Amino acid sequence: MSAQSNSLLSVADLTVHFKGKGGLFASQPVKAVDGVTFEIFEGETLGIAGESGSGKSTLARALIGINKPNSGSISVRGNTISNFSNSALRPIRKKLQMVFQDPYDSLDPRFTIAESIAEGLQIRNLPKSEIKDEVRALLETVKLPASLATRFPKELSGGQRQRVAIARALATKPDLIICDEAVAALDVSVRAQILNLLQDIQVQTGISYIFISHDLSTLRYISKNVAIMYAGKIVEYGNSDEVLTNPQHPYTRALVSAVPNISGQKGEKFKSVGEPPDLANLPSGCAFNPRCKESLATCSSEAPKLVTTLSGSQAACHLIKPYEDSGFHKGGENHA
Amino acid sequence: MSRWIVRRTAQMLAVVWGVMTLAFILAFIVPGDPARMVAGTNASPEAVANIRHQLGLDQSLLTQYMHFLGRLLRGDLGVSFALQNQTVGSEIWRALPFTAILAVAGVLWEILLGVPFGIISAYRPKSFFDRVSTFSALFGLSTPPFWLGLILLYFLAFKLSVFPLNGVGHPLIWYLILPSFTLGVGGAAFYSRIVRTTVINVLQSPFIEFAQLKGMPSGLILRRHVIRHALMPIVTMIGMDLGYFLGGVLIVESIFGIPGIGQLAFRSISTLDVPMITGTVLVASVFMVIMNFIVDVLYTFIDPRVRLQRNN
Amino acid sequence: MHDQFEEVESSLDSVSLRSRAWSSLKADKIAFASVVIVLLLIFIAIFAPWFAPKKPLYQYPDGLSEIGAPQGPGKHFLLGADQNGRDVLSRLIFGARVSLTVGVVATALASFIGVTIGAISGYLGGWVESILMRLTDIVLSFPILLFCIALIAVTGPSTKNVVLVIAFAYWTYLARIIRSQVLSLKEREFVIAARSLGLTTPQIIRRHIIPHLIPTIIVYSTLGVATSILIEASLSFLGIGVPLPQPSWGEMISEGQKYFQSAPWLLVAPGVTMIIAVLAFNLMGDWLTDLFDTSSMGVKR
Repeated sequence: MSAQSNSLLSVADLTVHFKGKGGLFASQPVKAVDGVTFEIFEGETLGIAGESGSGKSTLARALIGINKPNSGSISVRGNTISNFSNSALRPIRKKLQMVFQDPYDSLDPRFTIAESIAEGLQIRNLPKSEIKDEVRALLETVKLPASLATRFPKELSGGQRQRVAIARALATKPDLIICDEAVAALDVSVRAQILNLLQDIQVQTGISYIFISHDLSTLRYISKNVAIMYAGKIVEYGNSDEVLTNPQHPYTRALVSAVPNISGQKGEKFKSVGEPPDLANLPSGCAFNPRCKESLATCSSEAPKLVTTLSGSQAACHLIKPYEDSGFHKGGENHA
Repeated sequence: MSRWIVRRTAQMLAVVWGVMTLAFILAFIVPGDPARMVAGTNASPEAVANIRHQLGLDQSLLTQYMHFLGRLLRGDLGVSFALQNQTVGSEIWRALPFTAILAVAGVLWEILLGVPFGIISAYRPKSFFDRVSTFSALFGLSTPPFWLGLILLYFLAFKLSVFPLNGVGHPLIWYLILPSFTLGVGGAAFYSRIVRTTVINVLQSPFIEFAQLKGMPSGLILRRHVIRHALMPIVTMIGMDLGYFLGGVLIVESIFGIPGIGQLAFRSISTLDVPMITGTVLVASVFMVIMNFIVDVLYTFIDPRVRLQRNN
Repeated sequence: MHDQFEEVESSLDSVSLRSRAWSSLKADKIAFASVVIVLLLIFIAIFAPWFAPKKPLYQYPDGLSEIGAPQGPGKHFLLGADQNGRDVLSRLIFGARVSLTVGVVATALASFIGVTIGAISGYLGGWVESILMRLTDIVLSFPILLFCIALIAVTGPSTKNVVLVIAFAYWTYLARIIRSQVLSLKEREFVIAARSLGLTTPQIIRRHIIPHLIPTIIVYSTLGVATSILIEASLSFLGIGVPLPQPSWGEMISEGQKYFQSAPWLLVAPGVTMIIAVLAFNLMGDWLTDLFDTSSMGVKR
């Protein structure tokens, strides 16, 4: 990943709101994704982490057109859309594919493995004879024996099913695959195999990934950059080694410290207390402030913006001094 | 919670409005000239035209529809065509007590037969009792109610003279035992099946196991946990059945000669008495809608989970 | 832990439906009997002229006694004769034709309407769902029987009207059940995956939704035939069922009730036949429910 590559996907100020339940007497809209901006380059992997309810899955579903964004824009290879009608989304949708969390549920139990994979090929209007060859090739790509083609999902193990799901996603020749907790349901040993497979495919085809997980060690292993989401916003973003070893935002610190350490060091305990936020009724200012131990007076009145920190990552927190503002550090790594 | 009630009420009113409109349409597709019917067969064309004007039948459809809704809102169901000088309201009012007592008695049969059989079956699944009761429940579901009513009449009233043969008299409840049993048998069969499934599920749940482990007497477990759970699905069905029965139970009423709303409706259809048809149809559906509403509200009191959901 | 379960599960599920059906039929005598009775009924209905010992509509002079009372069951008339001297058994056999046809056609129509409305409102959601479901509510809270009687009073009794009326009454149940299944199906990941692949809505409904609804449709259609036979009987009882002189079971009961004090077989024979038929359809429906395990199929809890 040394060569400077082209921008593949850039998302600007993307917002996904859900209506509160019940038409006429609806309650406050739920801001599942609230002004998210990021960019992914060809052949790169972006990790997204956060608690459940942080909006990471909604973000993924918005990118593949399952949840309609309310505002913002998505552009794939410079092809920008900000009007999210079905017809506008279709060309973009083809470039983005998804591998889901639950390999027990993401394949139709009534379809054979070959039929499931072929579904992605039929979209490309391939003739029947080619479909057969292509299915075989795809099975080979995900390192499954061709003999599985006529089996049903029930007859496969979790890891095998996830390989089928990857093959099905690859069938449309996408530029980017979103893996939403794609290895979370698997055994640890199988998990490593799937991660390696994904990396092999990336090396061969130059595909990009968005990897959504609550497992920080997985993210650090597979992704170049990582974004931490909280209450629909990105609160910290940067190189994954940097963010996960030297977290700047209090929330990221809390997440990192909650990961059990293999060396037996206990580390700090998860410092924040309380429940994940109610998205329909967010606290004013920084959404994290009621749970934050270091919260200031401004935290409850003003929402912090993402700023570049001293370590080079970006974080949205009033406690953090922006890199630009600090007088020293002029000869920082940027000049090198 | 209050927001939920407001929304639910609005929903109920929408359905009532839909039902009213359907009733209006129904009145229109019934053939025959209502004005001639009121005037009588020997009336002169002028008299018929006069009555048509009185009834407002010469106005546009929309005006008639608005008038119709306006009258209903004032609680005025109109005047019967067939029964001279009788308002639909008073006729329905006269028939209602018979239907109401019959309906309540029918639901009582459903509960009295359905719930105990269901619970006992669930406590002894696959036992002889369970097999017999499961099969009789299916039998009850598969028997046409009017056939059962006729057979009961034949043996218990005609052959053995245990019960009165027909009509109503004093004491009323004596005359309603066979009809209400006929009415309730199908529901009882259904209830026992539902209760059986529910109770089997409850008995297998961890909190019952826990109650047993901590030494709670089985009678107390039954009263405190099992019956409460078993009743939940039943509440819905009781409400629905009550609403349905209150609208008149045509067949049972006509087999046993009970002058309830069902008979009234049937008679009005055969005489093409349009105001009476729409009146009975409306009353029947409004009962249904209201009972549905009551069941929904009751649910929030019985089931804390539902309450929690509706509070948000 | 998950993997062990999976092994067991998959070994169970790879047993084909046909062999599972066969082994459950061998184990369950009641289910077996119900399937046999249903098949037999269908067979008898189709080949009614071969099975009926006499003509169903012919008024046999020896069917009535000298004083004009119908003959009871005996050598000549196995199940007795009716008030017109017609053979009850033959009428029952031809009645199977009428009752089953009404049941099957009405159920098919109701299933078609119910599945279409349920699937569309469940899948599309939004205002389409609101309108369709309120419509269902209105039909459900309308006193269907009264409404149907009024309708038939207007249009006159005919077999077609009976079928339409039953379908009109039964579709709402299916619509509700199908809707709730579709609601949970469309959140299943394989449906979302299909959407992300770019399949169109009709394609998804055809390929990924409808096939999962088939067990439910089969079960409720079986139960629907049972219900339809009962409703047809009720309509006949009220004098607005299948028009005379065609024999239907309901019509036979309603005619029989006029004479049942002197000729109880006129009531018992069609009643018992009907109970056996309806019971068989209901039992078969139960068996199919267990076989497909509709509670876990298509609907994930």
